[in-house]
Amino acid sequence: MGAHSTMGGKSLFEKVWDDHVVVPETEDTPAVFYIDLHIIHEVTTPQAFNMLRETGMPVRRPDLVLATMDHSTPTEPITDLGASLDAVSDPEPANQIRAMVKNCADFGIELHGFGDKYRGIVHVIGPEIGATQPGKTIVCGDSHSSTHGAFGAMGFGIGTTEVGHVLATQCLLQRKPKSMAVNITGKLQPGVSAKDIILALIGKIGVDGGTGHVIEYRGETIRGLNMEQRMTICNMSIEAGARAGMIAPDEITIEFLKGRPKVPQGAEWDAAVERWLALASDADATFDKEVDLDVSNLEPQVTYGTNPGMVVPVSKPIPNRPGNASFTKAINYMQVEADKPMLGIPVDVVFVGSCTNSRMTDLRSVAKILDGKKVADNVRMLIVPGSQSVKDEAEAEGLDKIFTAAGAEWREAGCSMCLGMNSDKLGKGQLCVSTSNRNFEGRQGPGGRTVLASPETAAASAIAGVIADPRATI
Amino acid sequence: MEQITQFTSATTVLAIDDVDTDQIIPARYLTTTERAGIGKALFADWRFDKDGNPIAGFPLNEPGATERKILVAGRNFGCGSSREHAPWALHDFGIRAVISSEIADIFRNNSLKNGLVPVIVDKQTHQWLLDNPGAEVTVDVEACEIRLPNGTAVSFPIDGFARHCILEGIDQTGFLLQQLDKITDFEKTRSWQP
Repeated sequence: MGAHSTMGGKSLFEKVWDDHVVVPETEDTPAVFYIDLHIIHEVTTPQAFNMLRETGMPVRRPDLVLATMDHSTPTEPITDLGASLDAVSDPEPANQIRAMVKNCADFGIELHGFGDKYRGIVHVIGPEIGATQPGKTIVCGDSHSSTHGAFGAMGFGIGTTEVGHVLATQCLLQRKPKSMAVNITGKLQPGVSAKDIILALIGKIGVDGGTGHVIEYRGETIRGLNMEQRMTICNMSIEAGARAGMIAPDEITIEFLKGRPKVPQGAEWDAAVERWLALASDADATFDKEVDLDVSNLEPQVTYGTNPGMVVPVSKPIPNRPGNASFTKAINYMQVEADKPMLGIPVDVVFVGSCTNSRMTDLRSVAKILDGKKVADNVRMLIVPGSQSVKDEAEAEGLDKIFTAAGAEWREAGCSMCLGMNSDKLGKGQLCVSTSNRNFEGRQGPGGRTVLASPETAAASAIAGVIADPRATI
Repeated sequence: MEQITQFTSATTVLAIDDVDTDQIIPARYLTTTERAGIGKALFADWRFDKDGNPIAGFPLNEPGATERKILVAGRNFGCGSSREHAPWALHDFGIRAVISSEIADIFRNNSLKNGLVPVIVDKQTHQWLLDNPGAEVTVDVEACEIRLPNGTAVSFPIDGFARHCILEGIDQTGFLLQQLDKITDFEKTRSWQP
């Protein structure tokens, strides 16, 4: 479907795409497209394993599957999958967790389960174990698979039928998407971070602005970000409707991956680095669409509505769209008013976590703001590390002490209140400043109201008890 | 997958933009390990109050809604999460086509694998459909068009292969399995190994 230039150089996306075509697409059939890494979790795989059982098929490449449990897992400590799990989980999610253990055992897949250093959110553990590498195709039954694009991989979310396709054949049927360059320039102000960039971009192009496209984030600002900040940006590509979001690998990428368990070793490492650094888009590569964003004067961003495109700078008034039914429904649900700013609105819960913002960079930013301060009396603050290994590292740095001294809850790794599948849920009407990725109605619990923001804004708001501008505290 | 060539049905209209898959089926209903009966959770928080009673005025609660096979929705339907439970729930409820001016990529892709036809039409046709709930519309997969009550035919884009699978009622897994020799060759001959 992509109307690509066949002249001139190739983009990062085109290089990765071309490298994985097993059978080229024709008018009648999509391309047979090879997948290098399949990440699986307990929620979107049971029906796919059922399909394999019903048809007697094995998993073709269990060595290319990375399995963990994150979505419906409790964020309270458990010691075993029996009574200990039942004590902190509803029966259905507990059943799903046990089914995952059985499915992985039956099909010969290594599972990073409870007690494993690398159990955690699918998109956090892939990079930290070094399974996420430049040039790979990476899929997961989770739309935030775009996160892995930060490494110059092509990561995208798939449904459960496609999870079955990859388990059975290691391939998907795909039409080549279009390409879109997003050029980001300018130096961020203190207190403004990667999350604000991606929220501002989604506000600019809309929640469908990337539909049908693979985004490549480029420009001096991107080059200056560390890998965790780049992951925050690529993570939310799907919130602009994009198929994937990618960033060209560079020395920062190589430095991050070096020495991680799953990366090549010795001479193979040198060969891999050479291959990875050659993935960057050629100077004469062309894109189907281009967008520029200057972030020099960017304010911290907060959402006011019920999708991530309904976003405003924290001190600026919410827009007014009289006669727009979807807008009216959203601001009524959120109990906010057009023409007034979000700044100063009372907060009930602050959630720091999710595949968007649960890594060390995020936790350090939060700790810096919370250090020596107290979470406001009216606020419950949950801090949920992205993985067991993030938890270990944060505790080694003493961040957990800062969090708990401030009155925040420091919990076990998982998706937690990003999507309210375990018992971490908002109550009806509660307003939550959240570092997650979706402010859809009821996403964090039925009737809950979500305001998406950066870790810095979340921390500043936790102390203030109202939506706050982190620049005032830095 | 059931075979679909064409069908005619009155429409149900949900005139809201950017309906996300968390609304189509909230995450707390994703803890099932099966597919059967998932239609009960379709639009759970918009269809039912907290005691489980139907909310009057919600289009899918209208009399006859369970008989209707076509959902006309605001633009960018199905955005957000990749959960295939969303098309499963719509299909289980009885919906066989979703018509909008834009449909999100992953939802559209998942729908095509489950006998739910994603129909993207021009803005003018879309607006007419939004303004005329209950209109009798024919969705013709064979001809790649919908037909409005006044006889106007409006074409819609659908991937040729997905169309073939829907018309024949076959799933795409079989086609992939036929490619296993080529997949093995690819694995053996590629310049690097994952």
